[in-house]
Amino acid sequence: MDMFDDIIINIRKLNFSRGDRAIFRGLDIRIPRGKVTAIMGPSGTGKTTLLKLIGGQLLPDSGRIELDGANIPTLSRRDLFEVRARLGMLFQSGALFTDMSVFENVAFPLRVHTDLPEDMIRDIVLMKLQAVGLRGARELMPSELSGGMARRVALARAIALDPHLVMYDEPFTGQDPIAMGVLVNLIRRLNQALGHTSIIVSHDIKETLGIADYVYLVSDGSVIAHGTPKELAQVESEQVRQFMQGLPDGPVPFHYPAGEYRAELMKGV
Amino acid sequence: MRTRVMEISVGAFMLAGILALILLALNVSGLTVSDSSGSYRVTARFENIGGLAPRAKVTLSGVQIGQVRSIGIDERMLMAVVEMDINGSADYLSSDSSAQILTAGLLGEQYIGIIPGADDEMLKDGDAIENTQSALVLENLVSKFLFNKVTE
Amino acid sequence: MLDQIQALGRYGLTRLGAVGRSGMLLAHVLVARPQPLKMFPLLLKQIYFVGVLSLVIILVSGMFIGMVLGLQGYTILVDYGSEQAVGQMVALSLVRELAPVVAALLFAGRAGSALTAEIGLMKATEQLSSLEMIGVDPYRQIIAPRFWAGFICMPILSAIFAIVGVWGGALVSVDWLGIYEGSFWANMQHSVDFYEDILNGLIKAVAFGFVVTWIAVFQGYDCVPTSEGISQATTRTVVYASLWVLGLDFILTALMFGDL
Repeated sequence: MDMFDDIIINIRKLNFSRGDRAIFRGLDIRIPRGKVTAIMGPSGTGKTTLLKLIGGQLLPDSGRIELDGANIPTLSRRDLFEVRARLGMLFQSGALFTDMSVFENVAFPLRVHTDLPEDMIRDIVLMKLQAVGLRGARELMPSELSGGMARRVALARAIALDPHLVMYDEPFTGQDPIAMGVLVNLIRRLNQALGHTSIIVSHDIKETLGIADYVYLVSDGSVIAHGTPKELAQVESEQVRQFMQGLPDGPVPFHYPAGEYRAELMKGV
Repeated sequence: MRTRVMEISVGAFMLAGILALILLALNVSGLTVSDSSGSYRVTARFENIGGLAPRAKVTLSGVQIGQVRSIGIDERMLMAVVEMDINGSADYLSSDSSAQILTAGLLGEQYIGIIPGADDEMLKDGDAIENTQSALVLENLVSKFLFNKVTE
Repeated sequence: MLDQIQALGRYGLTRLGAVGRSGMLLAHVLVARPQPLKMFPLLLKQIYFVGVLSLVIILVSGMFIGMVLGLQGYTILVDYGSEQAVGQMVALSLVRELAPVVAALLFAGRAGSALTAEIGLMKATEQLSSLEMIGVDPYRQIIAPRFWAGFICMPILSAIFAIVGVWGGALVSVDWLGIYEGSFWANMQHSVDFYEDILNGLIKAVAFGFVVTWIAVFQGYDCVPTSEGISQATTRTVVYASLWVLGLDFILTALMFGDL
């Protein structure tokens, strides 16, 4: 597989638990450079947690998360902040700074991490806003934007520093079909134009499969299947088919684990 | 423009705080800047100081010329020792001046009144005022009055 | 029985955990060496929100409390024929106690709750996470400026409260009740000491500012990022901050004036 000759992120034997509940058990994931990789799985499998682990916002119980060879969990706070300057992340809610205008939001990473003169910052911000089609909205405040527009502004902010890696946390959730189409298109196009690596965490199968080069299916704390979208469509495993085709019942049960139904009804209070 | 308004109001706020502190210092606590630097200290022994407290006024003919610095006990003579700071400008007190403890009104605060003497020599830093008159203690007055009544 | 002991133990551990986390937060704020040039605009903005916007409530309540003190003091003191001492009473109670304490309580209600809600909402909308991912320390960008702003504003607000209160007291007792103005001010100046009373009052205000903003900022940062969690955190800020101010006031008073 030539795609994996050059990997940007290498996650090995990752264990993470929250309280008594194990979220990841021996997770292994490799992300090829310059491609769009999707990490999919049912809700509650810790996909967002995985992004936070890559960003160093959470510490794993054990295992390695290597970004360009550096093991994220062991970095010092200062090194971590340096690494993060090369990461872009698009949060589920957009997470724009509500007290700044659209322009200032996109300019923020530039102001913090560079000493560029003001007119250069202006040019870069306008370029990024142009890329997401919102150059005209630069004076608006985040509260005046629709959900889809807020996410596009957040995307412009995420790519402001030309990061090596952009992570998308559920980019399609709660979007109307038009905004969804715009976003799908944008993610694909930006990935090609800017040459960065994209990681998409999502459970919107159709949209994600349409733009992903490689897909990991995560369930119950480990990878249950991986491959290109085409390969995944041919996997025979019941679990994979249930998710890919959206069947209501299967290996992932409809019922939350409970005692025997009749017995519970008969028992009374 | 919005930042400008904000910056100005923050500046005004800080100024108001400083102004409030200055007003508190000067108007409320009566802090005077050149007070202790140009003053000299004299002591006086009293049989009884009544309710005299540190920072009470020291007056000459009712005009304040200094204040009480501290109050202690002379263990040898078993008398109260009052240290007072007299303003440097009040350098006209002769060394045989006398001090008395007075009361402002019937129930008011107590203060020290200085009565100048006639000596040519003036009081200097560290001197003691020899002639003193103790505070009038109301209980003593009342009992004296009653006692006199009874003997009549 | 064992269950109750376990519950008690769990409660204790949770509380202890919160204390530990708040200590960590404080350490981060104090250690996070601010870059003065980048910090200054943020600090300015927070002083505006925390201090300038609290000014109206401080002015109004300061004046009314001073007026009430003047009125009450007069009616009490006039029975002993020493109504001239009302100035001294108003000034001493304001400078030593009421200005720092009441200003801190109002500050907790006005600015503290707003700080908690704002930071909590930032957490809920992933703004704090997003700052971290951009590579900016939220302690430096969000927490520290708010903390220092509270620290700076509290003594200023307390001093303003005191001076407005004294003015209100003078208004009532001199202008309305007809106490001789000279003796009002002279009595006051005679009994209020700059170091003993005014500076101690300011030290109290600084301590209260520290505690109130610490609690407010921590509750916001530590809250459960849901609308219910934020509202609970806001309530906790006001309750804890008020209790701490009153308790701390007793301790400080005992230390400062206890041997008098």
